[in-house]
Amino acid sequence: MRPGITGLEDEAITIIREVAACFERPVILFSGGKDSVVMLHVAVRAFAPAKLPFAIMHVDTGHNFPEVIEFRDRCLAGFGLDLTVASVQAAIDAGKVADAPSRNPLQTVALLEAIAENKFDAVLGGGRRDEERARAKERVFSHRDTFGQWDPKNQRPELWNIYNTSLRPGEHFRVFPISNWTELDVWSYIQMHNIELPSLYFAHRRPVFRRDGMLMAETEFLHAEAGEEVFEEQVRFRTVGDATCTAAVESSAVSIADVVAETSIARVTERGATRADDKISEAGMEDRKRQGYF
Amino acid sequence: MRQLRFATIGSVDDGKSTLIGRLLYDSKSIFEDQLEHVEAVSKRRGDEYVDLSLLTDGLRAEREQGITIDVAHRYFATPARSFVIMDCPGHVQYTRNMVTGASTADLAIILIDARHGVVEQTRRHSILTSLLGVPHLVVCVNKMDLVDYSEERFKEIREDFENFAARLNLHDVTFLPISALKGDNVVDRTPDLSWFEGPTLLHHLENVYTASDDNRIDVRFPVQYVIRPRTTEHHDYRGYAGTVAGGVLRVGDEIVVLPSGLTSTITGIDSADGPITEAVPGAAITILLADDLSVTRGDMICRPHNRPRVVQDHEAMLCWLDSNAQLQTNKLYTLKHTTRSTRAKVSEVRYVLDISELHRKEPTGPLAMNDIARVVIHTAEPLLRDDYDHNRVTGSFILVDESTGATAAAGMLLPPRE
Ligand SMILES: Nc1nc2c(ncn2[C@@H]2O[C@H](COP(=O)(O)OP(=O)(O)OP(=O)(O)O)[C@@H](O)[C@H]2O)c(=O)[nH]1
Ligand SMILES: [Mg+2]
Repeated sequence: MRPGITGLEDEAITIIREVAACFERPVILFSGGKDSVVMLHVAVRAFAPAKLPFAIMHVDTGHNFPEVIEFRDRCLAGFGLDLTVASVQAAIDAGKVADAPSRNPLQTVALLEAIAENKFDAVLGGGRRDEERARAKERVFSHRDTFGQWDPKNQRPELWNIYNTSLRPGEHFRVFPISNWTELDVWSYIQMHNIELPSLYFAHRRPVFRRDGMLMAETEFLHAEAGEEVFEEQVRFRTVGDATCTAAVESSAVSIADVVAETSIARVTERGATRADDKISEAGMEDRKRQGYF
Repeated sequence: MRQLRFATIGSVDDGKSTLIGRLLYDSKSIFEDQLEHVEAVSKRRGDEYVDLSLLTDGLRAEREQGITIDVAHRYFATPARSFVIMDCPGHVQYTRNMVTGASTADLAIILIDARHGVVEQTRRHSILTSLLGVPHLVVCVNKMDLVDYSEERFKEIREDFENFAARLNLHDVTFLPISALKGDNVVDRTPDLSWFEGPTLLHHLENVYTASDDNRIDVRFPVQYVIRPRTTEHHDYRGYAGTVAGGVLRVGDEIVVLPSGLTSTITGIDSADGPITEAVPGAAITILLADDLSVTRGDMICRPHNRPRVVQDHEAMLCWLDSNAQLQTNKLYTLKHTTRSTRAKVSEVRYVLDISELHRKEPTGPLAMNDIARVVIHTAEPLLRDDYDHNRVTGSFILVDESTGATAAAGMLLPPRE
């Protein structure tokens, strides 16, 4: 293995090409967030000068920051790639799920339905093992049963870099090419290749309010309640997800280099700093993942 | 210093996860929210002290049972070196997950409970470490606080382990007394172990020299995927994508494609960053050839005078991993070796390893979970293979049970029998 980011990219490319070789209908999940942007860049590089042989899908909660949706479309247009949108709003409108204050868990329904409908057999995600303790346990090629469920107590062994890609009808794999990257690795890669990201990732002033110790953005999707004071602050986002449950952090990092510097001395994990819904339970992510979440 | 990938192994409850927690805690590599979380969970459960194993034991079932079930991956760095940790389970039922973690490790830390000494699972994990060819081993005699930090006890266990390990293929073995719970000799020296003159665990990990185990001599390039753009601009482009498994490939090299035996010359090597002139092991590249040959996934590109063996009958050490099914000789499995998948059957079990005595014993029944055996395998198509000792990539394979999709076994190829 080559050292540093180069070695991590080698590994990711190897995984991505294995997906292209072993599956009929692979899809890349793309949200416009930094991890999926990096994964997409690596994937495009893995097949150059040929076109990326994968479909692209976004599971849209309907509560995304407009800057991110705008960036998502511009970024894909730049690569000449088409997008499939699995819409949580559409699932709600069709009465398949009931709307909830946080639409994060509802994504699972829209995702699994889109996988079944499109007969996707390999779903590539930008999940990283350093993000969260359940992810830290997950395989690179992570098997899902016919209900889309993950069984953390019964994962297939995954030795060396030999990936068991065997599937029975109706099952699929989630594949995580950047499993072994840290938040700092992702930012270093972004710096190395000067990759464009949604503006939310860089310090800007916006109206926010404090909730459960976190800075939530005042948006059309989420409003301060009585007793919560809205004020303007210079912030940036370390993750971008559903606007109702993704918090901002105070920051003055306006450039990629600033963010790399900030990330290398961070004392709180990105999820700890920004995800309201993960604070709820001891095994929130594991429970969601068991049901088929990303 | 090269990054170090290490796995913690050893019997259940010997303190692997606690050690990782301690290492991260004392080297100030824990994020504040993670620490708050384990403090809160420990407090809620009424633990007397903060249970640092909660840092890696993240699954619901793990916390309920107080054991590790599957490998946790953690990444951390000190000013001296960066590390990838694979915290493996000790419970015998989850040996398959321990093998998963250890298969890519540069170093294994095997923990031994100072009260219990070397137990069966210590032996099993040591044997697997040796078979997997993990280059370095650190034996940590843990829970020294429970044996009054006795130097004698430490020496006794060291001797025990040495006697047993003498018959294994372990090269660099270091012994350290520690207490993961109290933090003795993990990151800091403490008065209780003042009799010990060796390094702390972290100091050892920061300084152990690991040569890359890449084989840079024998060129091996398993073709993973063929890149054909089908555009006017790149009309004639046909690239063979893959990851270098051995040797150094250079533009201008004469090559042979196996199994066809056709020869050609490398006219270009494309990397993600564009054309390069040479590619080393681990590099994910695309190779362009001078001639229009028929090359597909599963083929291997190498040098004409340095080829892997191309055979259908194989000697191998096999670790049976599947808990739901035993080996059926003559049943067809899918064997995956580099980028090649072929059907295979195990035609003979030569012997099974006896874990406690390291004897070879006659198989008494079909191979079952955790059995380690020497076998003869026949493949429907030839493998382009090296001995595992020579090249971990071209010497390893897995067997997949076609009816369940399970990874049934992992294998390491051996030289043919004389
Ligand atoms: N007194 C003492 N107890 C320890 C020490 N290290 C670990 N323990 C305790 O031993 C028990 C098991 O520790 P773990 O770290 O979970 O053991 P493990 O090796 O990770 O176990 P598995 O992963 O399930 O195989 C816990 O109650 C720890 O607190 C030590 O140095 N001294
Ligand atoms: Mg453990």
